[in-house]
Amino acid sequence: MSGSNTTFDVARVRAAATQMRRDIVSMLHEAGSGHPGGSLSATDFVATLYFGGTLRHDPANPADPERDRFVLSKGHAAPALYAVLAQDGYFPREWLPTLRKLGSHLQGHPDMNKCPGVEVSTGSLGQGLSIGAGMAMGLAADAAKAGTDPRRVFVLMGDGELQEGQVWEAAMFAAHRKLTNLVAIVDNNNLQIDGHLCDVVELGDIASKFASFGWRVVEVSDGNDVEECQSALEFACANESDQPVAIILHTVKGKGVSFMEDQAGWHGKAPNEAELALALAEIDAAAQA
Amino acid sequence: MTNALPARATREAFGETLVEFAQAGLDVVAVDADLAGSTTTKKLGAYDPARLVDVGIAESDMIGVAAGLSLTGRIPFTGSFAVFGTGRCYDQIRNTVCYGKLNVKVCPTHAGLSVGPDGGSHQMLEDIALMNALPNMRVLVPADYESARAAIRLSAAIEGPVYVRMGRAKVPQVYEPGFEMVLGGSRVLREGTDVTIIACGIEVDQALKAAEKLAEQGVSAEVIDAYSVKPLDEKTILASAAKTGRVVTCEEHSVNGGLGSIVASVLARNNPCPMRMIGTQDVFGTSGELAELLVKYGCDDNAIVAAAKELLA
Repeated sequence: MSGSNTTFDVARVRAAATQMRRDIVSMLHEAGSGHPGGSLSATDFVATLYFGGTLRHDPANPADPERDRFVLSKGHAAPALYAVLAQDGYFPREWLPTLRKLGSHLQGHPDMNKCPGVEVSTGSLGQGLSIGAGMAMGLAADAAKAGTDPRRVFVLMGDGELQEGQVWEAAMFAAHRKLTNLVAIVDNNNLQIDGHLCDVVELGDIASKFASFGWRVVEVSDGNDVEECQSALEFACANESDQPVAIILHTVKGKGVSFMEDQAGWHGKAPNEAELALALAEIDAAAQA
Repeated sequence: MTNALPARATREAFGETLVEFAQAGLDVVAVDADLAGSTTTKKLGAYDPARLVDVGIAESDMIGVAAGLSLTGRIPFTGSFAVFGTGRCYDQIRNTVCYGKLNVKVCPTHAGLSVGPDGGSHQMLEDIALMNALPNMRVLVPADYESARAAIRLSAAIEGPVYVRMGRAKVPQVYEPGFEMVLGGSRVLREGTDVTIIACGIEVDQALKAAEKLAEQGVSAEVIDAYSVKPLDEKTILASAAKTGRVVTCEEHSVNGGLGSIVASVLARNNPCPMRMIGTQDVFGTSGELAELLVKYGCDDNAIVAAAKELLA
């Protein structure tokens, strides 16, 4: 099983993130539609989770009962999920250019019944933390019965997504139930579709919101730095309190492609031929640096 | 029929049957939203506190938590009242439970007019329409306590999303203990030749009473309990319609999108015949007692008799 014995190797994880970026922009170009901004902002964290040693998982056995679980609550970042799953061997790379096409395993938003490695179908925002809480409860009960360590559930949400009230229903519930095997991660890139969060509906201080809901919070000042992501994950996994942990990643939307960075317009638009070429060149150049 | 048995509410079957499942070793849990006393999921919690997950007044969270639990091998039954437990969390039922084909049983109580004094805000008259429209959702509408027990048993036995409609008020018994529901089935409770009355839920008892009154007037009414609204027993319904040529549908629900609409769709596509639909006529409910509400909204046995006679005129 991957993850359980893997030690964190920064070069390995960075290389994985680079490959993910190449695959994300390429598959989106081929699809002609989709969500680059939020996929790229989440890339470094997702790469760290899968390749840095935290997520116990087995690509050869997606249903392995010993696995940890990753819920992509911000389901529109599906390209990031598909990129990491492909790279990790859950399915053939040949699937990637079929994104969003008729009959594809890779639907516009993750479909658990079409793509191995997708724990639950998402796409409608605000639901993943509730689902993750239910999973965490069940997994904790199983572990208590078996006398083993509980499997963990990692739920990645967008910051705009926190405007959905259901997120806070789940946050209250998880803290009340002391679901310490549930880890919430917020991809705080400060943008949503209609603009900056502070212009649409100001979220305020996300960290103190989670803290007031009874969570232990760790803020990652550069959520696009894999080493900082790894530290946060280690903190979450070492948690011995009776509070669940929330990781707030301060990220850049569209990270890795200069003309997409911090642009609301690149939330849901695919790069054209020229834009793809520019993007790939930048990604490759950054990898050399 | 079974007039000797006392009137009981369909919701009384809920908690009881869940306890039986737990005793039999089934991995059932109930996920409720601060209404465990009313829905009777509290009984499961009394039997085994770990099996009752009360999420508080948070119905969207209720569905999500149930979904997550189902993905660890449990069989979750959700609670709350029909208006909140189908309406408030409709997107969650659609996008998480139905789209994913998760093994979550959506079983809120207090559906329909029989909620009574709480009034229109709480009398859910659109839940059958909402649940029927969802792909992968099955819809069971038990007529009484015994068939509610059967519905809960059936929902646990089949894989995937199920909606079981239950109510607050005590209603007359229709079925004997031990009645078994069949998915896609129905029950012809009374054979007849002049008019087909297709009912569900508490309207089944009203339909049977109406059939008695019609018989006194020389009209032979066939009464069918369409307890499986989705999938519907089209075969039995079409056979009956072919025989009588007249159909009255009866539901404690809006005529928009409920049993009547669904039956009309089947008839129109196969064998159109004159119909009347008993149900609420695109209105909200109001505070009152069930018996008077049934009269007010034209859902009692006399209204069914009148509708049948219109078709015979």
